[in-house]
Amino acid sequence: MAEEKKLFKVTIDNITIEVEPGTSILQAARMIGGDIVPPTMCYYSKLKNTGGYCRTCMVKVAAGSTADPRPMPKLVASCRTNVMDGMIVENITNPAVLEARKGVVEFLLINHPLDCPVCDQAGECDLQDLSYAHGTEGSRFEFRKRTFERIDLGPYIQLHMTRCILCYRCVHTANQVAGQREHGVLDRGDHAQIATYIRESLDSEFIGNVIDVCPVGALTDRTFRFKNRVWFTKPVEAHRDCPTCKGKVRLWMRGDDVLRVTGRKDQWGEVEDWICNDCRFEKKKVSDWVIEGPTTVNRHSVISQGHYTGIKKPGETFEPLMHRKPKLLMDIHAVSNVNKVDLNNIPGPATGKTFNGDPLSMGNNPTDVKEGVGRNMAGTDSTNPDTP
Amino acid sequence: MQALTNRKQQVERKPMTVWEKLYLPSIFKGMGITFSHLFKKKPTINYPEEQRPFSSVFRGLHILNRDEEGREKCTACGLCALSCPAEAITMEAAERQPGEEHLYKEEKYAAKYEINMLRCIFCGLCEEACPKDAIYLSQTFAPANYGRKGFIYNKEDLLIPDPNTDPEGYEKAKGDIGKNIK
Repeated sequence: MAEEKKLFKVTIDNITIEVEPGTSILQAARMIGGDIVPPTMCYYSKLKNTGGYCRTCMVKVAAGSTADPRPMPKLVASCRTNVMDGMIVENITNPAVLEARKGVVEFLLINHPLDCPVCDQAGECDLQDLSYAHGTEGSRFEFRKRTFERIDLGPYIQLHMTRCILCYRCVHTANQVAGQREHGVLDRGDHAQIATYIRESLDSEFIGNVIDVCPVGALTDRTFRFKNRVWFTKPVEAHRDCPTCKGKVRLWMRGDDVLRVTGRKDQWGEVEDWICNDCRFEKKKVSDWVIEGPTTVNRHSVISQGHYTGIKKPGETFEPLMHRKPKLLMDIHAVSNVNKVDLNNIPGPATGKTFNGDPLSMGNNPTDVKEGVGRNMAGTDSTNPDTP
Repeated sequence: MQALTNRKQQVERKPMTVWEKLYLPSIFKGMGITFSHLFKKKPTINYPEEQRPFSSVFRGLHILNRDEEGREKCTACGLCALSCPAEAITMEAAERQPGEEHLYKEEKYAAKYEINMLRCIFCGLCEEACPKDAIYLSQTFAPANYGRKGFIYNKEDLLIPDPNTDPEGYEKAKGDIGKNIK
């Protein structure tokens, strides 16, 4: 007779669930789902050893277990704390947790530049969502924020260290998914930065996944840089026969143009399958893909704007009635100057030249790490006025 | 049923009297009212020589703002286009290159920016949405045009004059935007 597996009974915000031993509080909360799931910035269930850095998932443990029902003295990080039998956890029912989370958001935003109007991640940024949901209206930080120059990590990935919140997700991705790691966190404290050694670019086949795991806009897709805003593109599920990865991706389309390819993210913002660089950066034609259908986007997400479904367009009434074509019609595409240049032809950001006669010219980054130019060698110090 | 006003009168369907059948007294009475208006104050003005002042909250033609150094403020974040209920705004972004810092304020700028004034309903939501103080609804309206083509305003049409080269035009275009805020 198979031995009965002992399940732990845990209560999170007055909802009780039975989970296997070794489950973290966060995973138990995700099994329940809904509003009681603590937000995460650094924890990523698809990667090992993540979590514990950002402190946004802090919860109150009101009773440790049935055997020892004393509460834990301080708030604990739910991603790194395993459940015990009879544990009682308070997340949104405890005002102290919400207050602490507000403080954590303020800490995360201390050095964040808040350049969301420029940032390509805006609209699908975890930090943006987090600060809208849990943050305060203003910041009390009135000193210089630390800044870095942006760096190209290889031809496809752009590192904008100023926006980084040091969640280490990309480091773990490079270790566990890409197989080889050429970047890491250098320096410490306020100086800590994600960086490569000079002249090293990231060229593993799966390194593009660091873009997907990045919760902020620190690592972005250079082939999509400034091409469009996320919410004006339409997410579509597609797949292709890829020799290196599963080839199950999400295309971000505008009309018939594939502007960006990413992995499919689930409701926790985590990718379902890692995809290779070839799928992500090179296959930007509809003919490369078998399209499965539009992605269901959460109604409350900005990405769902303007993506009407089930439209019934009214038929043209003029011609059947008048038996001739209308004489005074203006075709907006004949007048408009927008969308004259096919931005999909260039693998980088457009510049003024791109729109003025040279449709293939693109912006190149003045700080190219391969050339060793512009790397912020001095580190950056918010107290030192000489650093950029 | 209760009357809405106290001026309600029952319609009389009696046959007209001789005095009423003459019609002329009523005509003179009506003409008297008409001619009395000749001596009253004219409510019309001679546009375009004379123009009415607009209210300070009037929402007219859009302007794309510059900062005091004359750099374009717009970063092509797309929030105006997102908020636009008439979907009148389109834009294309470009990256600022080294040497263009005096032209554009931010790392990204709008290389193309178009407002279709035929679609625009002048609701002012773009102005509300703009995080960079870059778009304002000014106190003029779109001038009349014979063709529809003339109502597709591109970036050059919308940009406020440069305060360095044309300070008068800049002040004029700006009007009292931001000045009467209490």
